[in-house]
Amino acid sequence: MSLLKVNKLKVHYPIRGGFLRRVVDQVRAVDGVSFELEPGETYGLVGESGCGKTTTGRAIIGLNKATEGEMLFEGNDLAKLRGSDRRQHTKDIQMIFQDPYSSLNVRKNVLNIISEPLRNFERMSPGEELKRVQTLIERVGLNPESIYKYPHQFSGGQRQRIGIARALTLNPKLIIADEPVSALDVSVQAQVLNFMQEIQKEFNLTYLFISHDLGIIQHMCDRIGIMYKGRFVEEGTAADVYNNPQHLYTKRLIAAIPEMNPEKRFEKTHLRQSINEAYRTDYDSYFDKDGRMFDLKRVSDTHSVALQ
Amino acid sequence: MGNPVLEIANLRTSFSIKGNYHAAVDDVSLTVHENEVVAIVGESGCGKSALALSVMGLHNLKTTKLEGQVNFKGQNLLNLPVSKLNKVRGRDVGMIFQDPMTALNPLATVGRQIEEPMDYHMKLSRGAKKKRVLDLLRRVGIKNEQRVFKQYPHELSGGMRQRIVIAIALACDPVLLIADEPTTALDVTIQAQIMDLMKDLQNQIKSGIILITHDLGVVAEMADRVAVMYAGEIVEIAEVRELFANPLHPYTRSLLNSIPANMKAKEKLHVIEGIVPSIQNLDRTGCRFAPRIKWIAEEEHEMNPQLHEAEPGHFVRCSCYKNFHFPEERVGAETYVTT
Amino acid sequence: MLKFILRRTLIMIPQLLVLSLIIFLLAKAMPGDAVTSSFMSNPNVTPEQMEKMREKLGLNDSWYVQYGHWVGNAVQGDFGQSFTHKQPVTSLLAGRVGNTLLLSTGILIVTYIIAIPLGIIAGRWTDSWADKLIVTYNYFAFATPLFVFSLLMLFLFSFILGWTPIGGSVDIRIETGSFDYIVSKVKHLILPVMSGALLATFGTIQYLRNDIIDTKLKDFVKTARAKGVPESKVYTRHILRNSLLPIAAFLGYEITGLIAGSIFLEMIFSYPGLGQLFIQSVMGRDFTVVTALVMISGTAAIVGTMLSDIILSIVDPRIRID
Repeated sequence: MSLLKVNKLKVHYPIRGGFLRRVVDQVRAVDGVSFELEPGETYGLVGESGCGKTTTGRAIIGLNKATEGEMLFEGNDLAKLRGSDRRQHTKDIQMIFQDPYSSLNVRKNVLNIISEPLRNFERMSPGEELKRVQTLIERVGLNPESIYKYPHQFSGGQRQRIGIARALTLNPKLIIADEPVSALDVSVQAQVLNFMQEIQKEFNLTYLFISHDLGIIQHMCDRIGIMYKGRFVEEGTAADVYNNPQHLYTKRLIAAIPEMNPEKRFEKTHLRQSINEAYRTDYDSYFDKDGRMFDLKRVSDTHSVALQ
Repeated sequence: MGNPVLEIANLRTSFSIKGNYHAAVDDVSLTVHENEVVAIVGESGCGKSALALSVMGLHNLKTTKLEGQVNFKGQNLLNLPVSKLNKVRGRDVGMIFQDPMTALNPLATVGRQIEEPMDYHMKLSRGAKKKRVLDLLRRVGIKNEQRVFKQYPHELSGGMRQRIVIAIALACDPVLLIADEPTTALDVTIQAQIMDLMKDLQNQIKSGIILITHDLGVVAEMADRVAVMYAGEIVEIAEVRELFANPLHPYTRSLLNSIPANMKAKEKLHVIEGIVPSIQNLDRTGCRFAPRIKWIAEEEHEMNPQLHEAEPGHFVRCSCYKNFHFPEERVGAETYVTT
Repeated sequence: MLKFILRRTLIMIPQLLVLSLIIFLLAKAMPGDAVTSSFMSNPNVTPEQMEKMREKLGLNDSWYVQYGHWVGNAVQGDFGQSFTHKQPVTSLLAGRVGNTLLLSTGILIVTYIIAIPLGIIAGRWTDSWADKLIVTYNYFAFATPLFVFSLLMLFLFSFILGWTPIGGSVDIRIETGSFDYIVSKVKHLILPVMSGALLATFGTIQYLRNDIIDTKLKDFVKTARAKGVPESKVYTRHILRNSLLPIAAFLGYEITGLIAGSIFLEMIFSYPGLGQLFIQSVMGRDFTVVTALVMISGTAAIVGTMLSDIILSIVDPRIRID
């Protein structure tokens, strides 16, 4: 059984207008998205800003309200659960945020930051709590003595590891990582990405990895879903999507990744030009009359594409 | 390579922190030629942006000390009073900033903002100015230029705004462009568009470009020559193909190995030990990268590391590159997977 | 724009109704009524006569009937009869509103004349001696109570130096409408206006100074410098326009204060305006006048907020109202 099955998820926000501020339209932030996460895998949600990837992640953890659709976590629909039931389940889902500078409370020391989830969900004596926090902080590669320090006393990479330690305190099954390394320098990024891979094995975690960086997604993910304007464009294994992209938008996205080999830069420019040309000529076969994506169609066992 | 347009010699930019000056750019020399893109690459805090702002004299002079020479059109820009510098800024040197969301004045129309440098540097009639602006808008790839001319920045998308920022930089036909992270704040497909646009414009205007970036991918696509900066110094400088094919300095090699796109999926990325020292805590004696490659013996480093010409036109600082190896001794770590 | 004004005006109606209800009920809840305050001290009036009077005035009706009457009349511009002044509230207010508007507008204009240049100087040349001087003055303006400062001004300029008149709004011996009359009006205004304005500068100076310091560091200012814009033009064309926005928007709220007037100033300078009337009416339990005044300043506050929104939408292209 899949760990998480998202089925036709929609998150809409009303647009009000006119004299009486009536709802005149909806912003379709997420507009009918379905995917499944198998235990232990890393699933990448990728797309440009405004494509709905972050809203999807936030809807799963309950930070955005789902307008429609199901989110089955171990068979229970998170969209229907309320109050303490939902909290029991969300305990197994944790989130790592993008900005390690603003996602930690500056007035709390590391001990209080990491033990907060414990205090919310588990009854522990202060001694047990301290021991647990120390083990975690050591596991994320920080000095156990640093638990009385405050966030500003750490570097960006260290802060992100504190964020990860906080997400790990309750032994979650699923971690939603929303742009976890976007705010970090390349070398620090490497540190955090390596570390995420290590703890995945160790704690048997499933990741929903949200990022705009196609290089990182390719490196980290087993399967990938590409989003555009709240809908899926293409879904498949990393190899399917990167080596055999089917949709024009996917091709454009992949062609946009800067070429790391200076010898091939002109080829890359030409590739982009030809894709731009295809946008002019074949637009109608890839987008419907409102510029939206068609529904996904299976092209192989693992690979689906939004085609007519 | 054409004639040199800019010669930076022994530039040292120091910031005052609690009464003491600390160099963020430390004895940097660099030449930019006509029709040449020189990329300056490094991580945050390496001094690359401080270098760019020093050339333009845009630092707060109360808290900044500038030493050395920035020779441009026969004068040292560092010695010019602001009134004289204003004749160079926007006229001969154009600047492109990182964040198009904040780089434009929210209260002025696009047309007004592109016209502004012409007000100070060119004697043009109103009609001629407008014609020139519309022409610039078309050149940076804006199709409905008449409409955009009258619009305000908030009415445009990020990619469009960055095109406006580029149009402002190009307004008076500069011979040198300084682009400070011009694509960092943009989405991937927009980044690709802006890179292609800049390459295209480069072919037309033949000016020299200093490209400041942290993204080695952007470097590989755009640069002719690359200077890698670490802790205020240039540690390696080479022609772009040479640098990617034969990176020498341990920092350059570490950086290339920490990029996911360069490695096989799920393979361990290289992590540079320790952290970038802040400019107050930086040990300025010996090899500045030594504390981050502790497994390399002390005698491999120079006492006073200099740039050496390892290959023709390929310079590298300190002797530690000669016997450098990664601690894990990964086999074939230097062969990158290209996508 | 028209649609916006219309919608906001419609929203104002329930807001005003709630406001009027609260004011009316508060006035009712106070001990005593118009009859008691008018005849209490008159031993010739018996309680029976007072009761008859109440019946006649409708003061014995249930509160909602009274409220209905009051609102109905107020809409037609009739706020009832002032019991102490023995004349309709509306004509009582009309006689004083001009004075208050003159005083408040004077204060507002002088405040901006002093505060805007000082704020700009302090913001542009931060940490210079001029900035330090301005900041010191600003703390003084913030900390000094208005009534203490006004009394000092009055003592110094009227009693000791004799430069300005001691009280009132005009010399009553001068013929209305003549040139001398206008001169006399202005003379009477100078001292209260200066006393009010010198202290009222606090908010504007502080706000402008901080905003300029913030704006100086914005990226678009760096863009302007990179274009070769001379330093003085960087300020006039880029920084000031942005920093004056919030001040312009605040103008709407300031207008609220124009009508409510400055109670302290009018009392100290015995200046016959609405503020002075307000205090006298509270003291004299002249509730019809008090409720009318509170109602007017409440309306002014609501209109002022709308005005602020409109001003902001005119000066800031990012804000569009429809």
